[in-house]
Amino acid sequence: MEMNSLLLLLILISSLIPGIVILLLEEKQVLARNFLNLFGAIAKVVLVAWVFAGYLRGESYTFIFGLAPDLTFALHIDQLGLLFATLSSVLWLVTTIYAIGYLKGGKHQRRFFAFFSLCVTSSTGIALSGNVLTFFVFYEFLTLSTYPLVVHRGDDKAVEAGRTYLWYTIGGGTVLFLGVVGLFVLAGPIYFGQTEIIASLAPENGLQLTIVFFLMLSGLAVKAAIFPLHGWLPISMVAPAPVSALLHAVAVVKAGAFGIIRLVYDIYGVQTSEQMNLLTPLAIFAGFTIIYGSVKAFYQDDFKKRLAYSTISQLSYIALGVAITGVLSTTGAIVHLVHQGIMKITMFFAAGNVAETYGYYRISQLNGIGRRMPITMVAFTIAAFGMIGLPPVAGFVSKWYLGLGAVEAETYWVVLVLLASSALNAAYFLPIVYRAWFCEPEPSTIQPRCSGRWETEALLLIPVLLTGLFSLAAGLFAASTNSPLYFAREIADRFYLHLP
Amino acid sequence: MINFPTSSFPALLVALPIFLAILSLIFRINRRAIIGLWGSFLIGILALVSFIEVIQKGTVIHILGGWEPPLGILLRMDPLSAVFIGLTATIGVFISLYTWWYFRAREASKGRFPLFWPLWFFLWAGLNGLFLSNDLFNLYVTIEIITICAVGLAVLSGEKNALKSGLRYLLAAIAGSMAYLFGVALIYGSTGTLDLEHLSEVLKPGKTTNFALIIITLGLMIKKAAFPFHFWLPPAHSAALAPVSALLSALVVKGAFYMMLRLWTEVFEVSLTFAAGQLIGIAGAAAVLWGSWQALLQTNFKLLVAHSSVAQMGYLLMMFPLLIIAPGISSDSANWLSPAWTAGIFQVISHAFAKSSLFLSAGIIIMALGHDRIESLRDLVAWMPMTAMAIGIAGVSLIGLPPSGGFMAKWMLLKGVFLSGQWWWAPAILLGSLLTAGYVFMLLRLAFAPSREINHFRSVPKSLQICALILALGSFLIVIPAENLIQFLEGSESFGSGIQSIVKGGRYGNE
Repeated sequence: MEMNSLLLLLILISSLIPGIVILLLEEKQVLARNFLNLFGAIAKVVLVAWVFAGYLRGESYTFIFGLAPDLTFALHIDQLGLLFATLSSVLWLVTTIYAIGYLKGGKHQRRFFAFFSLCVTSSTGIALSGNVLTFFVFYEFLTLSTYPLVVHRGDDKAVEAGRTYLWYTIGGGTVLFLGVVGLFVLAGPIYFGQTEIIASLAPENGLQLTIVFFLMLSGLAVKAAIFPLHGWLPISMVAPAPVSALLHAVAVVKAGAFGIIRLVYDIYGVQTSEQMNLLTPLAIFAGFTIIYGSVKAFYQDDFKKRLAYSTISQLSYIALGVAITGVLSTTGAIVHLVHQGIMKITMFFAAGNVAETYGYYRISQLNGIGRRMPITMVAFTIAAFGMIGLPPVAGFVSKWYLGLGAVEAETYWVVLVLLASSALNAAYFLPIVYRAWFCEPEPSTIQPRCSGRWETEALLLIPVLLTGLFSLAAGLFAASTNSPLYFAREIADRFYLHLP
Repeated sequence: MINFPTSSFPALLVALPIFLAILSLIFRINRRAIIGLWGSFLIGILALVSFIEVIQKGTVIHILGGWEPPLGILLRMDPLSAVFIGLTATIGVFISLYTWWYFRAREASKGRFPLFWPLWFFLWAGLNGLFLSNDLFNLYVTIEIITICAVGLAVLSGEKNALKSGLRYLLAAIAGSMAYLFGVALIYGSTGTLDLEHLSEVLKPGKTTNFALIIITLGLMIKKAAFPFHFWLPPAHSAALAPVSALLSALVVKGAFYMMLRLWTEVFEVSLTFAAGQLIGIAGAAAVLWGSWQALLQTNFKLLVAHSSVAQMGYLLMMFPLLIIAPGISSDSANWLSPAWTAGIFQVISHAFAKSSLFLSAGIIIMALGHDRIESLRDLVAWMPMTAMAIGIAGVSLIGLPPSGGFMAKWMLLKGVFLSGQWWWAPAILLGSLLTAGYVFMLLRLAFAPSREINHFRSVPKSLQICALILALGSFLIVIPAENLIQFLEGSESFGSGIQSIVKGGRYGNE
């Protein structure tokens, strides 16, 4: 096998093998487990970086394995996949550190970390997929590997949440399956980027292609939590904080959003989607979801629940950017894939830190928390400003591009949606920031669960600090050639290459 | 037929299990298990060698005693037979291993069930014989052997409900056999031959052939527990001992399916109509929905798994409507034949692995709990992670999630459905998947839920759990050699062969 194909497999194996080995370890072999976890996570980051560097040098990476006459398992590196793979692997490393600190002394850690690794394997698998079948395989594998994480606590509430989660995702998976088979029957095995195949079919098979598109879209919309298929997301909040962080930032929801990007740009192509008028319904649903999620978030007092509804709203920015034709809005959508990830993971880490250290789960309890946990809350504040869209944090950049794209495409209602949503974001995030920094803490006898030098355990503090800094840096250095924005712009340019 | 290279392996594949069965009858009861275990390995090796032989030489035949048909018996081993024989051997070896530990682990079963090993070997001989048979009467004899051994195994535990359901099984199976035999007699009367290949040349469409086809199909449908003749399966499969249940639903029901596949695609091409295919397909779809729904309602693990068998067998029937192509279309241009056919074979293989794993897991759970009520599975993940994992993996393959063998089967089937334009089967296929997900995750949900009691599971030997887990993994691993397997199967006569449907005024309309 060629070195380059091997590298792709190694990226997957770097978390798959630790996952399996951890399952075979004993519960009390903490050291070995932590070592495996960190080793896998670091190895993955290094491997992705290696491939990244190779890609920039102009090397190509492909791995193909035939399953049946026209059924191939294909891994392939392109810019979009690389961006997502980098995001997953880096955030996985950070979350692994966090999870080790968060779950210290908890029960069933073996199971947790095993499935945690499998979950990231499927997430990177989605990033590296070269064709629809491979994408679908990892997409479903992701459902299965996250289920044990959602029900990890094992109480009735968690089990019930797991049930809801499964009904949504398995149902969505089935619809997606139907669409994928339909696509195969119509167009044969399609590799991502071969948009000319659908384009050549479009004049004759318009109806079938439309049906297939909406089947696949609604399957993907479940994980992307687009209204009315978002119901599972707030409920799966019962999972431990690192899981919520991963679920909301990279793994599950991004699988859906990433799939939508692939579907529109790499299977159907912008031109065909536009000509067949497929994107308008997506734009309408995404626009509605943005407002709906924000309004719902406003009414939540539960810290994590408010973040969950905020995720629903923020995710639809990606879908909305995809649905508006134009290089700028596409850039905005793709860059938001990264920006939303790093900002939202920061917020969940922060919420987890507060809950873990002081046992506060509700926003009304957060008065003055900024003084007790300054580093955590600084990171949270950065992320919140980003979500609202204040410069120079990352979120501003994505919103700016989305707005420009909407103006460019002359869809002014989208600008209104963006403005309204920003106002709502401010309305539900600023109170948290305000409480944390400016309200007097109520006299309480609660002693922090951690008695170290820092405000909380170092393993919980470092991740939140890192991702907070990422969010700031992604915005500050957006103009640099190494920023996510620059990369997103290049990807978007490629999508519009063939357009007149 | 005589042009194929001859080989002695087909004869050995039947003779060795018979020899082992007799040998184990001769020995004292407590020695039988040793013969059983090593004998199974021996058959496994023989099956492997024969498989390689077919890979190298293609279809091979063996003429028993040198008497050529129509006087003598000819055994034919084509790629399709080789795959079924290999599947039987793979599952068989693991079930034998499991049984060996199962009887040793259960204090109560020491020295009991002396007939297990002889019956199992006779059953194995019958299965191998069935897959190698090349004439209608031979098929009848082998399926009778299978039925008798299967019923014997099903009532082995001697418990009251096992006897009751075993009797029902026996009556249903005999009714099926009688119907089949009646059909064979009709055909023999009208053509004077029983050889499959010869029949496909001389069989003329007409009332007799049609009636024979209907009654033979009916008989086989009863034997494979197709809807609405499935009533005997759940009680019989769930009341038997765990390894026996695994044998019955992983292998025995597949025998009748194999017969139907070969008879429909190789012999009865002349009298099949579009409507006949649709009828079988409807029975299949009904089985999928009804069986899955029933499984969802069960409160006992084994009954749930047994009802799931009814559903999964239904998927096998759904390939038949796709194999019949309208007059005027050549089978070369009918690009859905090969996916539909492949779907059936993959469904057989993946279901055999998954279902045997589930029944073996059921045995483990009964051993740990003393019963198999589903609500007692609480906290299974914490105390018996390996068994929980086996149930999970096998369940995922049953649902048809990627990258399992069940996924390959459903993928191919859906593809066939769309390519042939018979899209109306798609809802049943997908709804069946969802219902399957419903009952599989009902099990898993409980397995993750905390229990009010502290560890209520008695310890069960790891070896038993490993057997179940390996079989579950098997249903995933078959995807890896899938491409080679399909290429290999292309050499069998039945592969991708369409059945030209006849309508009035069609090809044979004037005869």
